[in-house]
Amino acid sequence: MSRFSRKGKSKGIPPISTASMPDIVFMLLFFFMVTTTLRETTVKVTQRLPEATEVVKLEKKSLVSYIYVGSPRQEYQRLYGTESRIQLDDDWAVVEDIRGYIAGEWEKRDESDRPKMTVSLKADEKTKMGIVNEIKQELRKAEALKINYSSRKKVVDSKY
Amino acid sequence: MADVAFMLLIFFIVSTTMNVDSGIYRLLPQWVDNVEPPKINKRNTFVLLINRNNDLLINSEFAQTSEVKDRVKEFILNPRNLPNLSEKEEVEIEGIGAYNRSKGIISLQNDRGTDYGAYIAIQNELVKAFRELRDELAYSVFGQNFNKLSEDKQEAITKAVPTAVSEAEPVEYIK
Repeated sequence: MSRFSRKGKSKGIPPISTASMPDIVFMLLFFFMVTTTLRETTVKVTQRLPEATEVVKLEKKSLVSYIYVGSPRQEYQRLYGTESRIQLDDDWAVVEDIRGYIAGEWEKRDESDRPKMTVSLKADEKTKMGIVNEIKQELRKAEALKINYSSRKKVVDSKY
Repeated sequence: MADVAFMLLIFFIVSTTMNVDSGIYRLLPQWVDNVEPPKINKRNTFVLLINRNNDLLINSEFAQTSEVKDRVKEFILNPRNLPNLSEKEEVEIEGIGAYNRSKGIISLQNDRGTDYGAYIAIQNELVKAFRELRDELAYSVFGQNFNKLSEDKQEAITKAVPTAVSEAEPVEYIK
């Protein structure tokens, strides 16, 4: 048995060197710093997006303007009720405000980017089509024709 | 220094949201004032109506969401040239040649009280139908899937199978 035990005084396991820890931490830090997108708006409406299978990823975030539609969250229900409402940036809005909002978004972008501007409609699946149709008509009037109906990707079990 | 880095790291880990936005792309039609609806032959329209109870009606008959895709594809392709499905016209398309393009138009109508979720479900089926039609044509002409083709080939396929979906102005239907 003595063959397996170390000869001489046992030193135990040497401690792991922590000299490289800052490097690892910095690496992770940079990774998270680069990938982070901070949320700019607080969404005040309930958002349970509809499910779809034919979804496309929104590519350039800087070219996308968002319109949130849905029933106000619980803390706002006392003031605004439960009827679906529109939220633009951080404020509540009515359908007529959309044109101004789109014009403002249009102004913010570079001239070369303007034709590629997309509107992402983030509407709750329980929203009634009446309000959605009104929004669509306003977008048409505002000539923001590229629209993305934001939806969750549904996982379908393939037959194959 | 490692402490500061740690603190920043934790801050960024906590505040990071890595959600990717995705959805169904659509192009809205240009706004035109007081436009007269174009006259379209009845056989060339495929009416999808979602009423306020989220029931789907195809040409005024109840139908299931799952059958939309196949019925749209059959309507557009009309493989047996049935008189009640869409007509075809021969067009010359660069890259494909003479092609019998369907004159059919899908009319998607909904009520003010329709749920957005039900509407998206149908939109999704329509997108799927047209994607499959394009894929099938692309496969038979170029031997490849649509999204693997070069840009001008994709354009040719899109010309042969345009997304013919018309969304009517909202109307109030009586139950």
